[in-house]
Amino acid sequence: MIELRQIHKTFNAGRENEFHALNGIDLHLPAERVTALRGPSGSGKTTLLSIIGCLARPTSGRVRLLERDISGLPERFLTEVRRRTFGFVFQQFNLISGLSASENVMLPAYPLGGDRHALQARAEQLLTGLRLAHRRTTRVELLSGGEQQRVAIARALINEPPVIIADEPTANLDTALAMEFMAIIEELASTGRTVLLSSHDPLLVESSLVDRVIDMRDGRIVDAAVPAGAGR
Amino acid sequence: MNAWIEKQKYLIDFTLASLARRKAKSLGLLLVYSLIVFLLASVMLFTHALRHAANEFLAGAPEIVLQRMVAGRHDLIPPGYLERIGRLRGVQEKQGRLWGYYYDPVVKANYTFMVADDRPLAPGKLVVGAGLARTRGVAPGNLISFRAYSGKLFTFSIADILPAKSELVSADLVLLSEADFRAFFDIPPGHYTDITLRVANPLEVRNIAGKLAQQFPDSRPILREEILRTYDSIFSWREGIVLALATLALLAFAILAWEKASGLSADERREIGILKAIGWETGDVLRMKFWEGALLSLSAFLLGYLAAYVHVFHFAASFLSPVLKGWAVLYPRFELSPVIDGLQVTTLFFFTVFPYAAATLVPIWRTAITDPDAVLRG
Repeated sequence: MIELRQIHKTFNAGRENEFHALNGIDLHLPAERVTALRGPSGSGKTTLLSIIGCLARPTSGRVRLLERDISGLPERFLTEVRRRTFGFVFQQFNLISGLSASENVMLPAYPLGGDRHALQARAEQLLTGLRLAHRRTTRVELLSGGEQQRVAIARALINEPPVIIADEPTANLDTALAMEFMAIIEELASTGRTVLLSSHDPLLVESSLVDRVIDMRDGRIVDAAVPAGAGR
Repeated sequence: MNAWIEKQKYLIDFTLASLARRKAKSLGLLLVYSLIVFLLASVMLFTHALRHAANEFLAGAPEIVLQRMVAGRHDLIPPGYLERIGRLRGVQEKQGRLWGYYYDPVVKANYTFMVADDRPLAPGKLVVGAGLARTRGVAPGNLISFRAYSGKLFTFSIADILPAKSELVSADLVLLSEADFRAFFDIPPGHYTDITLRVANPLEVRNIAGKLAQQFPDSRPILREEILRTYDSIFSWREGIVLALATLALLAFAILAWEKASGLSADERREIGILKAIGWETGDVLRMKFWEGALLSLSAFLLGYLAAYVHVFHFAASFLSPVLKGWAVLYPRFELSPVIDGLQVTTLFFFTVFPYAAATLVPIWRTAITDPDAVLRG
């Protein structure tokens, strides 16, 4: 589904503080699988996720999505691809405070200009599915960490994207909430979604939920393995 | 098309929610913005209404006034001039006029004394302007004394006060009988201050003025349109001074707006990053900010303009009148009839809304084009 060829990403190119975050990544990510990027801080996990998710462009190399080269697309088209293809769950959740849970969930759909009632119904359905219906009008800053993450998941799903990208999703959660998150991801994966995670939390990376673990260090893939407990 | 409208509605919804989330900041900006519009609109509405009032009032004035000059100064019309004009083609009516200035040391103000031909008054009776009546504290039936330039004291009784409607030009007016006027100023019979001529055809006015100048080389004809132009210049000049000051305020506001937009808070930058990361385009962010600016500037424009309207036409422009009406002891007090000029409203709109839009657009655009991956890095 997603194919990366010789991806390089350099920050502050030509300056004193030039930094090579990715050094020639070649990777194929099949559809309907859960893949985890594992590695220490600074290994390039987040940069790789942001390039796959069309949040940033590689300095060089090719990104192909469903056999289509998207690395050279202008911003407008890249945004369109991002909106239709990817749903993001960020480490800090990145919800917009002051807005209700329901408003936050609907935000990615605003630029599409679809029917309001249909959008509200979809948001309601997602919140209900994630056991947040009773919190729909609550301002997000008043929600607990777990609730905030579930709002972020609902937001990631509102445009019904085939790929979910989650960056360090369990970093701010205790074990119980991390397990809850994993249960949600498992359910999403079972409905045919492709899931891409970055994490160095063994609870998540070594779970049966993950089909494939890719180890990264210094901007390179050092190993790609199927975890021992992978059951799907 | 429907999707486009729906999208704009979503963006407006989000904008309104954003403004509501930053209540103090939004209200503060709205207040300052409205104040600037209020100031500019007050000046424009007031001077426009003044010009309109002066035009309306002078519409009834004679088309030509003939004044005699001696050594370049205005002098009395000697006997025989009125007759010498004879029958000029196009002149409907000619009349000798008596008027003069009087300095009242009691209130340190100048009055205009005048014989009103259309309002015959018995000797010893005066009709005075509302400004004078207010300053001297007189009412119909009261007595009032003036010491003439000859040193002789004259006492008159007030017959009437002129209506407040005409106060713009009659605040300092004193109407009296011809006999009283001649006695008070010591002007012998047959002499006049000037001569007025009424001309029906406006195209004839300049021809007649030319003929008069030829026939009476020691006199100057003054045309009504010239007086109107003079009033116009005076009001435009005063308006110009206040507007120049207000422009400085506008400039200060533009700097404030730039400052506000370029110094987008960390929260706002983060918010723009999140929106981009979840699928908003740079264009969507700019459109959202456009709606924010449009809602703010339109509200400020409407609020400021309405406040200016109420200030000028219901509270007699109390903040501005000392500057715009002129400097005098007898300030006219009068109700201006509401006049709104479309071109003026449009000009004001462009001069207030555009600087704000321009000042905020560039810094917002700079933030909006930032790569959304920054948000992933927390």
